[in-house]
Amino acid sequence: MNNQSLKNQTLKNVYWLVKREYWEHRGGFFWAPVITGGIFLLLNIMGIITAEVLGARNGINFGASGGLQHVISDMDAGDLSQVGFALDIAMYSAMGLLVVVLGFVVFFYCLGALYDDRRDRSILFWKSLPVSDTSTVLSKVISATVLAPVIAVVVGILVGMLQLLILAVTLSFHGVNVWQLLLLAHPFRVMFNLIGYIPLYALWAAPAVGWLLICSAWARSKPFLWAVALPVGTGLLVTWFGIMGLFNLPTVWFWKNVVQRALLSVFPGTGSMFGDSMIHISGNSGTDVLDLAQTWHLAASPNLWIGVVAGVALLAGAIWFRRWRDDA
Amino acid sequence: MSAVITASGLGKRYKTSVALDNVSFQIEPGRIVGLIGPNGAGKTTALKAILGLTDFTGQLNVLGYDPRKQRDKLMGDVCFIADVAVLPRWITVSQAVDFVANVHPRFDRKKCEAFLSRTKLQPNQRVRQMSKGMIVQLHLALVMAIDARLLILDEPTLGLDILYRKQFYQNLLEDYFDENKTIIVTTHQVEEVEHILTDLMFIRDGRIVLDADMDTVGERFIEVMVNADRADEARALKPIDERQVFGKSIFLFDGASRATLEPLGEIRRPSVSDLFVATMKGTYA
Repeated sequence: MNNQSLKNQTLKNVYWLVKREYWEHRGGFFWAPVITGGIFLLLNIMGIITAEVLGARNGINFGASGGLQHVISDMDAGDLSQVGFALDIAMYSAMGLLVVVLGFVVFFYCLGALYDDRRDRSILFWKSLPVSDTSTVLSKVISATVLAPVIAVVVGILVGMLQLLILAVTLSFHGVNVWQLLLLAHPFRVMFNLIGYIPLYALWAAPAVGWLLICSAWARSKPFLWAVALPVGTGLLVTWFGIMGLFNLPTVWFWKNVVQRALLSVFPGTGSMFGDSMIHISGNSGTDVLDLAQTWHLAASPNLWIGVVAGVALLAGAIWFRRWRDDA
Repeated sequence: MSAVITASGLGKRYKTSVALDNVSFQIEPGRIVGLIGPNGAGKTTALKAILGLTDFTGQLNVLGYDPRKQRDKLMGDVCFIADVAVLPRWITVSQAVDFVANVHPRFDRKKCEAFLSRTKLQPNQRVRQMSKGMIVQLHLALVMAIDARLLILDEPTLGLDILYRKQFYQNLLEDYFDENKTIIVTTHQVEEVEHILTDLMFIRDGRIVLDADMDTVGERFIEVMVNADRADEARALKPIDERQVFGKSIFLFDGASRATLEPLGEIRRPSVSDLFVATMKGTYA
């Protein structure tokens, strides 16, 4: 095979390997966000119905005879933009729950990705195919940092839209013009912000993905225990002996920059919360919380990039273990 | 044609035991080699070394590749069935076919589907819903559709009932094997493969103790059924094994001449399993 067709075959292999991951983990990658989103919407609808019923029973008809509409039409531009942002938050809120689920899914996916097939010995089947170990590990990284978040974000956007629609329809029963409300929200910007956050998530999650995958490729049993016990144990030792004092750093530095990065970085948003001291989410409610100009400040922080370097090194280790771990 | 596998000075040491002890052998194309040995003799280690699944010392050339460095390229020309149930339990028949069809350049989808149509497997059936025999049928259908030069079978029929076992080897011989292909098979059910083997390799404690083609084996090893009155005479010729059946002694000779043995009693060709038992005497003692 010449170089070009070899390259094509490698790309094709990675594509099919990722597809394989999706087949195997459809439950976590697809159904988990869909079901979570469904439950989120259901709870919202139930909440709205409860509020309506309680309201009607107590004789309060909020905004009847167009009262609420008057409130809105009396608002000035600033107030209206606040309403818009409140609606955006409603859209984001759906994502909030999905993000937690995504964190758990990615965490446990990575822990099992290079371990489960060694345990059930199906690794012997996968290794009997002309696919390199690098492609295999790479496909798992792509599944964790691209495939899973993209599905979660798409589901999140759909759920957010439905959420917005439900709110608008509910309010329209109270005399508020649906279209006026929807025009105040910025669904496309919300979408754009969420999608734009994915690469940032992938970069931020790199050290945790690398750590979890190397544990998954290395552990002979109980990868979860190793993955958690090693950093936490080291953290305890560091705390106990005050080792960080040697570098003039507080103990908490180790917990924050090593333990947490190795384990919790797969949870989206931890980057924006802990990664960059430059980010101050201002109390100004006129600011979009997930505005990319804000979130991508993180890309300027060394914390992110050191993590990426560590992640790549850990992945190289995971590939090595995948190649040579011989226990099937 | 050059050898499919050339191994010289192959060694592999685990913490507590030696799995391969300076093993050298050569396997030519178009052969069906039985690699037979007791549990823990190093069969699986040898196969893993050939497949690039484990590290080892010494020289090993498989189809022109070094399995340590070029495992993924090598797998384009080598197929491997380990003992049953190594297909992932979540995969469906159609997913397995799709996947192999797209990552394996030498896979013939039509052939695979033809093999599958002869079984009861359904496209949407998952491996976890299959019996052991069906899993092996699926694996065999996948493997036989690959135009590979070397097929390695490690206990392929373990745990299968006799119908599946017979069918397995029959399919291999009728629809797969030809002079350009080479098969290496390890199994404990020696009787079932003995008639299809062209070469025999016995491995014991990490060493090859017998490496010969079946014709040579037939000439070298002779079994004689001797009446009790001539048993001492036979013993004097240093048989490698002796056992009693119906008051007669059966002696197994290695390299004795046919002419000397013929007067002693009825001569026959020993079965591979008798040969194996004789060769491996005292292994577990």
